Amino acid sequence: MKKQRGTMINLFYIPAIILFCGFVVYPFLQGIRLSFMNWNGYSQNMKFVGLKNYIRLFQDANVKTAFVNTLIYGVVSTIIQNILGLAYALFLNMNFKCRTIVRTIIYMPVMIAPLIMGYIMYFFFQYDGGAINDILIWLGKEPIDFLVNSNAAISIIVIVNSLQFVGVAMVIYLAGLQNVPAMYYEAAMLDGATFWDRFRHITLPLLMPAISSSTILNLIGGLKLFDLVMALTSGGPGFSTHSLSTLVTNQYFSAQSAGYASAIGIISFVLIMVISNVVTKYFDKKEIDTQ
Amino acid sequence: MKNKKILGLWKYLLALIIMVIHFVPIYMVVAIALKSPYDHSSRWIFPGYVYLKNIQTALERGGMLSALKNTVIISAVAVVLIVVIGAMAAYPLARNKSKLNNVVRGFIMGVMMIPPLSILVPLYSYMAKIGGINSYWGIIVTLLTFQLPTSIFLFSSFISSIPVALEEAAAIDGCGPFQTFFRIIMPQLKPVTASVIIITGVNCWNNYQFALYLLQSPKIKTVTLAIAGFFSADASNVNGAAAAAFLGILPLIIVFLFLQKYFIQGMVDSAIK
Repeated sequence: MKKQRGTMINLFYIPAIILFCGFVVYPFLQGIRLSFMNWNGYSQNMKFVGLKNYIRLFQDANVKTAFVNTLIYGVVSTIIQNILGLAYALFLNMNFKCRTIVRTIIYMPVMIAPLIMGYIMYFFFQYDGGAINDILIWLGKEPIDFLVNSNAAISIIVIVNSLQFVGVAMVIYLAGLQNVPAMYYEAAMLDGATFWDRFRHITLPLLMPAISSSTILNLIGGLKLFDLVMALTSGGPGFSTHSLSTLVTNQYFSAQSAGYASAIGIISFVLIMVISNVVTKYFDKKEIDTQ
Repeated sequence: MKNKKILGLWKYLLALIIMVIHFVPIYMVVAIALKSPYDHSSRWIFPGYVYLKNIQTALERGGMLSALKNTVIISAVAVVLIVVIGAMAAYPLARNKSKLNNVVRGFIMGVMMIPPLSILVPLYSYMAKIGGINSYWGIIVTLLTFQLPTSIFLFSSFISSIPVALEEAAAIDGCGPFQTFFRIIMPQLKPVTASVIIITGVNCWNNYQFALYLLQSPKIKTVTLAIAGFFSADASNVNGAAAAAFLGILPLIIVFLFLQKYFIQGMVDSAIK
């Protein structure tokens, strides 16, 4: 009777499984097939070319740039968001009035679509009449065309992405800090521990689960970065600020190489999979060590 | 005593600087959106008047009115399905401790790993074949599927924490599994449902990547598509573009200000499993 009931409720899985198979697994397998084809994306002509797309991919300087940029967007954003997010959380954990307002303001940009945030940032970094250049002119300096310089554009993308989503890291750390018992600090203070000692030996180890969740979340988000790049630079100047996500779109819509775009998509999957697995394993081990 | 007061002041000063940094993008949008296109003062300067014509331009010429309508429909239907289908799948996942469950759990985690960029090209050609391009259902089904894992995991960890006694009692009274789920389980899921709606709703509302591929007709634009269109077609009308951006972010900001507690709780719950 009980057993039968258990089997019955497995029926509840069905809608979800159908959706996953139909709209993720099936297209993914199709993507693998397309990555071995030469195809423009709409015609009936589809030619099997074996590993040619993959060979081309490894020789393509634009793919290499997009690959490096994707790592920069993912890794540097993650580092900034976690350090700043932790600093904000420690600050807001102190005792002073209007802490909640500060938290609200920091978290509010998370609500803004990254695409729209990109366009808003355009108001700041535009050459003509841009808000940052207004300040430079007031200071008696020459205006700068930020977005035609690829290094400047990449830095701007990283900083904007980090500052927009730092609120996520902050609330995760704030929740983590709730789990650090105050008596640990009191005991440490009695033993004459300095602020740094307390942070290093009490706060940090107990925050390990929060650090791990926040890092993995930010990293996966950063590696998939798409909207912000599209809004700020569309990958330009040239191909210098493309992420893998925007490069796939560019190859598909502009270059009409659907087969090649699929190959980039598949390689990106492998990249994101490997990085997130390595990071997850690292943190799992770390958490066991500190327990 | 006096020293202590000054020492305490740095917190307020720091708080002020942080708030300015994070609020400045929103300030800028509002300032530009309310300014007349003939006003060439710096963007930092808030207009001393209110020029509502930009909003009108954004709504009419920029198509923001129909974009807002489309986005509301798409997000609302997607979120309802995300909640119902997610809660259903979470029920056996939380209650049945069997081998099949480990398989299903592993499968969902695997699905979560596949990023949109890896399937967009085949998804587009497949959707074109089955008539899902430029339709509500195509984008809804795609958003739904990609948000489903979040929903399933949030619901399943919540269901694991509610005692089984009630369900057992219902079973003894002759309540079938479907009735048990909809009558006994669903009503208990209210707090976590708020988190699921908020987290996945924001993602649906703000989505651009799927919409760019799946909605290519001007007739069925979402907020992000309409704004992207406005910026590329009418780049010289900065004020109209800012007004469109303002209309696009306003609904979520308002909801956030009222339901802040749930947003933050939901974020924390979904991050820490």
